[in-house]
Amino acid sequence: MTALLDLVRRIGAGVVEAVWRIGFATRFFGLLLAYSGQSLARLHLTIREIYFSGVLSLLIIVVSGLFVGMVLGLQGYETLQRYGSSEALGVLVALSLTRELGPVVAALLFASRAGSAVTAEIGLMKTTEQLKAMDMMAVNPLARVVAPRFWGGVISMPLLAALFSAMGVFGGWLIGVVFIGVDEGAFWSQMQAAVDFRFDVLNGVIKSFVFGVAVALIAVFEGYDCTPTAEGVSRAITRTVVSSALAILALDFVLTSFMFRGQS
Amino acid sequence: MSRTSLDLWVGFFVIIGMGALLFLAMKVGNVGTSNFDETYVIKAQFDNIGGLKVRAPVKSAGVVVGRVTNIGFDTESYRAEVTFSLGAGYRFPKDTIATILTSGLLGEQYVGLDAGGDSEMLTNGDAVQLTQSAVVLEKLIGQFMFDKAAETPAN
Repeated sequence: MTALLDLVRRIGAGVVEAVWRIGFATRFFGLLLAYSGQSLARLHLTIREIYFSGVLSLLIIVVSGLFVGMVLGLQGYETLQRYGSSEALGVLVALSLTRELGPVVAALLFASRAGSAVTAEIGLMKTTEQLKAMDMMAVNPLARVVAPRFWGGVISMPLLAALFSAMGVFGGWLIGVVFIGVDEGAFWSQMQAAVDFRFDVLNGVIKSFVFGVAVALIAVFEGYDCTPTAEGVSRAITRTVVSSALAILALDFVLTSFMFRGQS
Repeated sequence: MSRTSLDLWVGFFVIIGMGALLFLAMKVGNVGTSNFDETYVIKAQFDNIGGLKVRAPVKSAGVVVGRVTNIGFDTESYRAEVTFSLGAGYRFPKDTIATILTSGLLGEQYVGLDAGGDSEMLTNGDAVQLTQSAVVLEKLIGQFMFDKAAETPAN
């Protein structure tokens, strides 16, 4: 009986905690946007964060984009050649990358490469009471620490996703045209005929921007909200990666259902 | 405030990000080839549009001159009403024939325009009067079987 009561109590506490965190996250997001002006006025802070989350993620994005494109090229060729339409390989690679894989996989990589680092940094600053010290010196930690990291992530994400898609198309070309020998002219011309700039490429950019906002917000919030202990920081980092991944995939479904309502 | 090596890296990052986007726009996508800056809209009614889809190309003599923007159903004539936007540079006479064609045996369907000889041109919002429906394979086979059955004498 007590075990049952305990279970109910724990579920209730978990639900209250979740609602509490969502409310705090919303207020945090509002304040973050309000102090963004102050922080963007000192642009070099944001530039520094673009370097840490964007430039340092370049290598992993380029390499994984290349490999994803190569796998798509191989698998796509296997399937398409059964129907005698291996020239459509370019269409398959480009559409799946620009619409889905580019934004989603780049955002997942970004969350685990840069998001976790941001959470660790802010969490550790909180644990060692640097944020409190800033407050004492009348420096707003939201404007000085949090907002630059947020905007650094938001600006980096679309660029990384575009780079991922471009590298993926290159990887698909490498496997399809160079190694397997699909006709190069048909590869590019069918791709250009099927991929629409506004419909496919721009929608992909919008997606990656939304993912950037979600991942960056989750990362800075988890860091700011962490329990100020070594264990709390480690738990916050785990939560960043897990909830970013879930947010990306759920948002992807929502955005896709808005953007590609069963057309073509 | 002075320049730092960090700025160089961020600049490099922004440039290759933009470069990737440009690559997607120019090489992968079809910006400039089928998105016409200025367009005008014309309509056509078909008995059957087959598998025509929105955004399918409108071609004349094999050249893409526009795109299908909307497909609707006219409840008065019980026919499909297809709206397409054509590039402003491509003018067609009033007696142009619109046909629904298929590229290849199993390819996508598109609208073909065959220019007539009228001196008046179609303007924005006009309707093409002469149309030809999509070829429906089932009907074609049905007709072929019917003809075959009619040829063989009954016994």
